[in-house]
Amino acid sequence: MSEASSTQEPQPPGSVGVVTPQCAEFDEPFNMEDGTTLPSLRLMYETYGELNADRTNAVLICHALSGHHHAAGYHDPDDRRTLGWWDNCIGPGRPIDTNDFYVVALNNIGGCHGSTGPTSNNPEINEPYGSDFPQVTVGDWVNSQARFADYLGIESFAAVIGGSLGGMQAMQWAIDYPDRVRNALLIACAPNLSAQNIAFNEIARQAILKDRNFNEGRYLAAAAKPMDGLGTARMLGHVTYLSSDGMDLKFGGDVNSDKAADYHDVVGEVTSYLQYNGEKFAGMFDANTYLLMTHALDQFDPARAFDNDLVAALRNATAGFLVISFSTDWRFAPERSREIVDALISAGCDVSYAEIESLSGHDSFLLEIPRYHRILTSYMKQIADGLKP
Amino acid sequence: MRQADDIIIDLVNSNARVLDLGCGDGDLLCRLRQTKAVTGYGVELAHDRIEACLARGVNVIEHDIDAGLERFPTNSFDIVIMNETLQAISEPRTLVREMLRIGEECIVTFPNFAYWQCRKQLFFGGRMPVAEHLPNEWYDTPNIHLCTIHDFDGMCESENVRVISRFVFNQSGRQTMATKMFRNVLGVTAFYRLGRSS
Repeated sequence: MSEASSTQEPQPPGSVGVVTPQCAEFDEPFNMEDGTTLPSLRLMYETYGELNADRTNAVLICHALSGHHHAAGYHDPDDRRTLGWWDNCIGPGRPIDTNDFYVVALNNIGGCHGSTGPTSNNPEINEPYGSDFPQVTVGDWVNSQARFADYLGIESFAAVIGGSLGGMQAMQWAIDYPDRVRNALLIACAPNLSAQNIAFNEIARQAILKDRNFNEGRYLAAAAKPMDGLGTARMLGHVTYLSSDGMDLKFGGDVNSDKAADYHDVVGEVTSYLQYNGEKFAGMFDANTYLLMTHALDQFDPARAFDNDLVAALRNATAGFLVISFSTDWRFAPERSREIVDALISAGCDVSYAEIESLSGHDSFLLEIPRYHRILTSYMKQIADGLKP
Repeated sequence: MRQADDIIIDLVNSNARVLDLGCGDGDLLCRLRQTKAVTGYGVELAHDRIEACLARGVNVIEHDIDAGLERFPTNSFDIVIMNETLQAISEPRTLVREMLRIGEECIVTFPNFAYWQCRKQLFFGGRMPVAEHLPNEWYDTPNIHLCTIHDFDGMCESENVRVISRFVFNQSGRQTMATKMFRNVLGVTAFYRLGRSS
């Protein structure tokens, strides 16, 4: 999902410019929800904007399945491909305005972009964790992010923001740390996964597990990695992030359109597009991380600890919520967002909801859709106004 | 309507749970929150109004009231408000029933079609009235269920809805002795506070 912004038009004004990733090291052990303990933690992160004197203007960006700490700006000024995955939304004058906010983005544990995960060294055996890395949960991510907030000296976030799996982290934040999050923005999100969502994830995992080079997850030292399986998993995931109409538009596959392309052209274009994206992704992502992330998605269900009552789960939340869905998102459809909204209303929480018209399916949350960005801007400006003395 | 809003603000209890259907730019909810510390949600469909609500920190839910209010649980609000939108709803009777299912009480305001100027235009001009409170031509009006004060009273009676109080405003938005006496002729806007019959 994270590549969407890198394929966009020439960069509009308002970029945070060149950014350098930073690294936070924690020597204290970190207890995970499954009972295992990581002896130490490393978190890669980036920050944009300035923390104010009261330390009240921090905003946490939570990433989705394939995201990371590089949310905005670019690493190499001459290489547009190094643009952050949510650059269109974060920067001076952009919806998450770095003139108002101190924006923090990090790579979650279990990830493969420098934070402690399957590709990092397991100090106990002095080898990469690989498939031995414990199964992370959304709760683990939130706990590690809270530790990270302590490290930065941030007592509470003005907002925790995320799309898709990132929105689930924002929701978990509001439930687990009600005193530490003043607003939670849940974008293209769901209160748990549907059976169909889980089924797609399982097919993706099977593609990886059955790759001849997977070797039970111990492929890091080998010359050949499970690229085919990971690429196939990504292709499948990618299709579920798009909409049928959006794909017709992109590939000219609408047979009723005057401009309908030749059938064979459509086949060829879809095939090469998917292959290109699958291979590109497989070249820069880790298969074990993909397995961990999809399992974390499958297991997300904050209501479970409250007798399957989402209202009860949200009753302690004190944050203001903004919930946004997209009309053609069938991965996490608008109806799933409405479930969250209904529960928030029943729990007496402050909540606003908007459904954005878009042809781009689940991926819409990464795109610069005018109404979507106006909604975000209005909400964030009002938070910023509240910070002023 | 400012006068209606003032009355609403007066009668809503502190810390009440308020649902405002067709909340517009959120002005009423904003005032209710400031003066009565209510937990309030607006329901709105117009994009610019939703943004206006967000900009002032008012809770707003994008939802088409014509699609029904089933998702709002029974007895989940103290008061449900529908200010000047009832006549534009596809099933106003169902909506009033729904409002009284969701809320203990409801407030409804609507333009009175029997206002004397409307009568005059129809009687002498032979055309559908166009007035300050009903500015649209027949072909582009959102007001598909216009009614008079007598009509609305009739519906309340047949629906067994309790009229707790009723205000009728004249053209300057005031309640006078005259509007009280000849409400269905001099009333421009009607304001009803409704409850369930015991």
